[in-house]
Amino acid sequence: MEQTPKLTVADVEYVANLARLSLTDEEKQSLTEELARILAYIEKLNQLDTAEIPPTSHVLSLSNVLREDKVAPSLRREVALENAPQAEAELFKVPKIIE
Amino acid sequence: MKLQNITISRLQKLLLNRKISPQEITQALLARIREKNSRVNAYLTVAEDEAPAQAGVADKRLGKGDGACPLTGIPLAIKDNICIKGVRMTCASKILEHYVPPYNATVIERLSDQGYVLLGKTNMDEFAMGSSTENSGFAPTRNPWDTRCVPGGSSGGSAAAVAAGMCAAALGSDTGGSIRQPAAFCGVVGLKPTYGLVSRYGLVAFASSLDQIGPITRDVRDAAILLSAIAGHDPRDSTSAPKQPPDYLSKLGQSINGLRLGLPKEYFAEGLDPEVAASLEAAREVFSRLGVQFQEVSLPHTDYSIAAYYLIAPAEASSNLARYDGVRYGHRTSKPKNLLQMYYDSREEGFGAEVKRRIMLGTYALSAGYYDAYYLKAQKVRTLIKRDFDLAFTEVDALLTPTAPSPAFRLGEKVTDPLQMYLSDIYTNSVNLAGLPAISVPCGFTANGLPVGLQLIGPAFGEDRLLTIAYAYERETDWHTRRPNL
Repeated sequence: MEQTPKLTVADVEYVANLARLSLTDEEKQSLTEELARILAYIEKLNQLDTAEIPPTSHVLSLSNVLREDKVAPSLRREVALENAPQAEAELFKVPKIIE
Repeated sequence: MKLQNITISRLQKLLLNRKISPQEITQALLARIREKNSRVNAYLTVAEDEAPAQAGVADKRLGKGDGACPLTGIPLAIKDNICIKGVRMTCASKILEHYVPPYNATVIERLSDQGYVLLGKTNMDEFAMGSSTENSGFAPTRNPWDTRCVPGGSSGGSAAAVAAGMCAAALGSDTGGSIRQPAAFCGVVGLKPTYGLVSRYGLVAFASSLDQIGPITRDVRDAAILLSAIAGHDPRDSTSAPKQPPDYLSKLGQSINGLRLGLPKEYFAEGLDPEVAASLEAAREVFSRLGVQFQEVSLPHTDYSIAAYYLIAPAEASSNLARYDGVRYGHRTSKPKNLLQMYYDSREEGFGAEVKRRIMLGTYALSAGYYDAYYLKAQKVRTLIKRDFDLAFTEVDALLTPTAPSPAFRLGEKVTDPLQMYLSDIYTNSVNLAGLPAISVPCGFTANGLPVGLQLIGPAFGEDRLLTIAYAYERETDWHTRRPNL
């Protein structure tokens, strides 16, 4: 973060693609400005020396939570398909992938 | 007292003595919702069919006498990011507008086992991202004390429903203050439990290392009752703490004489509204009369918590929200050209502005080349913030702070400036980063009649202590008994 690059519309387009968002031109413009301001604020973290500090991803000291491998019922197929935008022959239907 | 403003504990007595039936209280509250919800917009879905049916079942249990539990026949509102089998759940997002969960959240199973009555699902900021409920994908909720003002957020619908007499109590969720800040803005009690105390199974994930479900109630005793019902280990949530919760009710009423409360000096600095500061000062005097010792403490990394939070929460959110792809559930764009375009357009059409903003921020922070500089840095600062609290709790039993820097603000006042909105969580979101419990309790009103809340922060799994302290304060004051004129 020492040399934070200036955020450009091209950066926003790159990230939007990673996030699978098709932004409008107006959204790209406003997000470029808003994200730049938020990132500038976040810069203040650089005031802290954290070289010797371990990261906290999680506050509970739990690891490898295991349980007994017991057979239990799962969602029935027709229930799992009830919210599908499109379903056919007991499957989720999506647009053709292979042309 | 009007039925609509009844507490759970009072209602329990009337139900057990058969002075009132579950159907009567349920119908009274449904009538209140029909009358007032259009003004407040606290509910997104009203359980017109489910509520009377569940009240009937509760009535039979109460009739048998031995089948009754603490929440049998108690009508509750549930935030719309908690799954209830067969009841539409939207997360206030267009992307889930027609989604009907096929299963119950663990907290709902626990409430159902006790025979609660579901009144409906409450409005919120879309996917719980916001501090005003203005980010709802449908329409904002309004503050029952002044409908020109926001109710806070993201659990604004739940807090407004409790304040407006449209339920006995409610569940909310808190990722950076989303239970406590709306509770403060609406003049009710809100408790954010220790991370891991309440199961997140069936809570729609926003930021998985921060999210917790908790109660929003009219008084502290009710918060203890509702927390008792939902707390405890759940094997279906791998981040659930394998601990037996203590009895949250037995210590209520105990003396707090000699207890040490810390005042974090960073929380009483620049930016605190003078009326909020005055209410806190008055609260201090009440605590002093009860024999509490005050001590100034320092949480030196407070100023960095918003920056750390707005990297960690969006990063986790961007990952969690990747599941909304229009394949298995949720909105799908009409006539997509191909699979990739289906992802792009379904998400573009389904998500609102703030959700997109956070997905973008989170994706950026996690993207190649920036992970160490942003996400890892924020996690290290999270360690520093947690250590600040750990150190403070070696000196004091709990911390007393304002819940929010100001009373409820006007609708529209902060929507155009995301950063200003983020800064309104200054006193709450470091608590989530540290995984600690905290409770907001009404402690006064501004000259304009808007509620003010105080926050008590405790060490991990110190809910019983917080409830005891909050109850002692509440008994000396009548702020929690005041109701808005709607």
